[in-house]
Amino acid sequence: MQMTGAKILVECLLEQGVDTVFGYPGGTILNVYNELYNYTDRIRHILTAHEQGASHAADGYARSTGKVGVCLATSGPGCTNLTTGIATAHMDSSPVVFITCNVTEQTLGKDSFQEVDITGITMPITKCNYMVRDVNELADVVREAFAIARGGRPGPVLIDIVKNVTAETAEYTPLPRELHTTQGRLGALVKRASHDLKLPEPDLGDVDKLADMIRHSEKPLLICGGGVVRSRAHQEFLKLAEKIDAPVAITVMGAGGFRGRNPLTTGMIGMHGTQASNMAVDSCDLLIAVGCRFSDRVALDPKTFAEQAKIVQIDIDRSEINKNVQTDHHIIGDAKRVLQLLDERLEQMDHTPWKDYVFSFKTETEYDEGGHTLTPKQISDVIARLCPQDTMVATDVGQHQMWVAQHFHYDYPGQLITSGGFGTMGFGLGAAIGAKIGNPEKTVIHVTGDGSFRMNCNELATEQYYKLPIITIIYDNRTLGMVRQWQTLLYDKHYSQTTLDRGPDFVKLAEAYGLSGRRVASVAELETAVKEALSCGHGYVIDCVIDMDEMVRPMVPGGERITRFLVD
Amino acid sequence: MDQVMRRSLSVLVNNEAGVLSQVSRLFSRKGYNIESLAVGTTDDPEVSRITIEVLADEKHIELLCNQLRKLLPVHSVKLLNPERSLRRELILLKVKTETSEVCNRVIQVANIFRASVIDVSPTTLTIAMIGEERKADAIVDLVKEFGILELVRTGMVALERGTDTIYDVTKEKGEFDYGKNVL
Repeated sequence: MQMTGAKILVECLLEQGVDTVFGYPGGTILNVYNELYNYTDRIRHILTAHEQGASHAADGYARSTGKVGVCLATSGPGCTNLTTGIATAHMDSSPVVFITCNVTEQTLGKDSFQEVDITGITMPITKCNYMVRDVNELADVVREAFAIARGGRPGPVLIDIVKNVTAETAEYTPLPRELHTTQGRLGALVKRASHDLKLPEPDLGDVDKLADMIRHSEKPLLICGGGVVRSRAHQEFLKLAEKIDAPVAITVMGAGGFRGRNPLTTGMIGMHGTQASNMAVDSCDLLIAVGCRFSDRVALDPKTFAEQAKIVQIDIDRSEINKNVQTDHHIIGDAKRVLQLLDERLEQMDHTPWKDYVFSFKTETEYDEGGHTLTPKQISDVIARLCPQDTMVATDVGQHQMWVAQHFHYDYPGQLITSGGFGTMGFGLGAAIGAKIGNPEKTVIHVTGDGSFRMNCNELATEQYYKLPIITIIYDNRTLGMVRQWQTLLYDKHYSQTTLDRGPDFVKLAEAYGLSGRRVASVAELETAVKEALSCGHGYVIDCVIDMDEMVRPMVPGGERITRFLVD
Repeated sequence: MDQVMRRSLSVLVNNEAGVLSQVSRLFSRKGYNIESLAVGTTDDPEVSRITIEVLADEKHIELLCNQLRKLLPVHSVKLLNPERSLRRELILLKVKTETSEVCNRVIQVANIFRASVIDVSPTTLTIAMIGEERKADAIVDLVKEFGILELVRTGMVALERGTDTIYDVTKEKGEFDYGKNVL
């Protein structure tokens, strides 16, 4: 059938099972939006306030549903506004397809209005990107883009289409998704090197070797990383952890990959890791990291990190092996499959003495029960008590992010949506919108700080328009808390440009956007507000006033041995 | 082992726009200066072969190879063993030859190095020579006194000796890429 490029693009989205896209229109992408107008019954378009909000929403949608997120934007500023969102998705391996349009072939390369080389700009922050200049290639490219975003280690992919391609016509033959690898670019890719492109079956020799290492270990430690969440391998992980009876330390990205309430959990690991997690790293004899890349927030000092132990890395991405920490053994493969194979090879073990040692250290930080002000721990407790247990949490970046990563217990992959790798302040509200759109039946809360919230609070307009009852909880300390904490501990209390003694009034701001809000300074006030927020049926902002000098504890400074706690 | 030395990489890639910048970006990101780079198509016009030489230690070159293998347009990456590979580059040299005596001496030098004279003008001589860097340095040293007007190198190209190739048949386990698995 002859169709315009714009129609082919939309048909290709349907091939992929896409029913929701996030985006913002503009000059060069008009043909695509004109076509979306005809498909409103099958594709729901969420219009955000800013392209960055759309990029985070598509990312939050992808992380919370496990599906590929889709985000549209126009050329020039439209697509450069996506870049922070693309980099955020890239660092946390989130599958999002970004579709942008560029100026026409004739005006390309002439510094035309709203022209920018977006494929050049996004080269380092995408898994791969494409520029489509021939309408006959469009369907093929879209099919490959989705396969790549979703496959292997997931990640963002960008397709830039020159405007005239969206208007030109070509023959389009529908092709069900299962057949995409049989022809066109994907077909050629498979033929080119079939061993490269399948989900790799782990090397059984490697698996046997690890099973053997586990049998000989007396003090094994598991690390649950983001790969367990991406691969939805939580059941397999649980089975293995219980079978080998090993303590489990969880990274920020691994939250939900292993139940936070499981008695084997030592809690978070790394810079703000618990005593139990970090001490276990320093005293285990076998450390098995699953889907964890040993970032500098986990392996603070790669040289001393578990130096007494044999380190084993299980990862789908070969280039992560030995990148940050030198390992003794590795298995390349999908976490789910590797854990299954390991489980088949092992029998029930018992490591009670080792567990007794590890759990003699604290698995949670103890906080003072506050005086006259609300404490971060009290806020978390109230939310945990009043909200449903499967509440999804989207966060921004800073102290509040660490507090909710530490205090909440996550039960399933995708429950915590946070920018762990890129640390994008302003990520949370967009991500919460995406999570709520993808999971309308769940309660979604957006945890933020006054600094982060100020960055992208314009998306309250989106929340209001689409009637998304998201609860925003601001840990309002009137400062950039995490930076202030560093300034307190490491920079002689020189609070350079971190004090936020300025507006706006967040309650009035919420009201201006047509939402409700309340400022709270005590547990009782907070409880009232949360109850009201849960029942009101629309977006709600709770501005929690906390002390400026609250700290995230414990803390190990960057680059130091993991047990060198600066504060307990 | 962890010695910084000149290392040669052969990379098979799709012959399409943007691939070279994707490949070279990986080197610049970690601050590696590319010492030599040569690109050309192979017997398959849709596939190009890039030969890159960088100064790096063993650990980092391994990491670079793995990062390269992850790129979608990259088919294959091979770190060449210096003892078991052949490396050649073509050098073109334009020398000032204002007298016939100088001209004769330059031709003599060229003959000794098995270089060919490919262009003559009343006051210049252009010679072409194939070799490794040591041979190139030697001829440059000899003709320097006459005055080198221009010098250009193609960059090193390299192949393994014997039956080894960059293709799958002779690959070892570690050289296959699983990181790219996209389906």
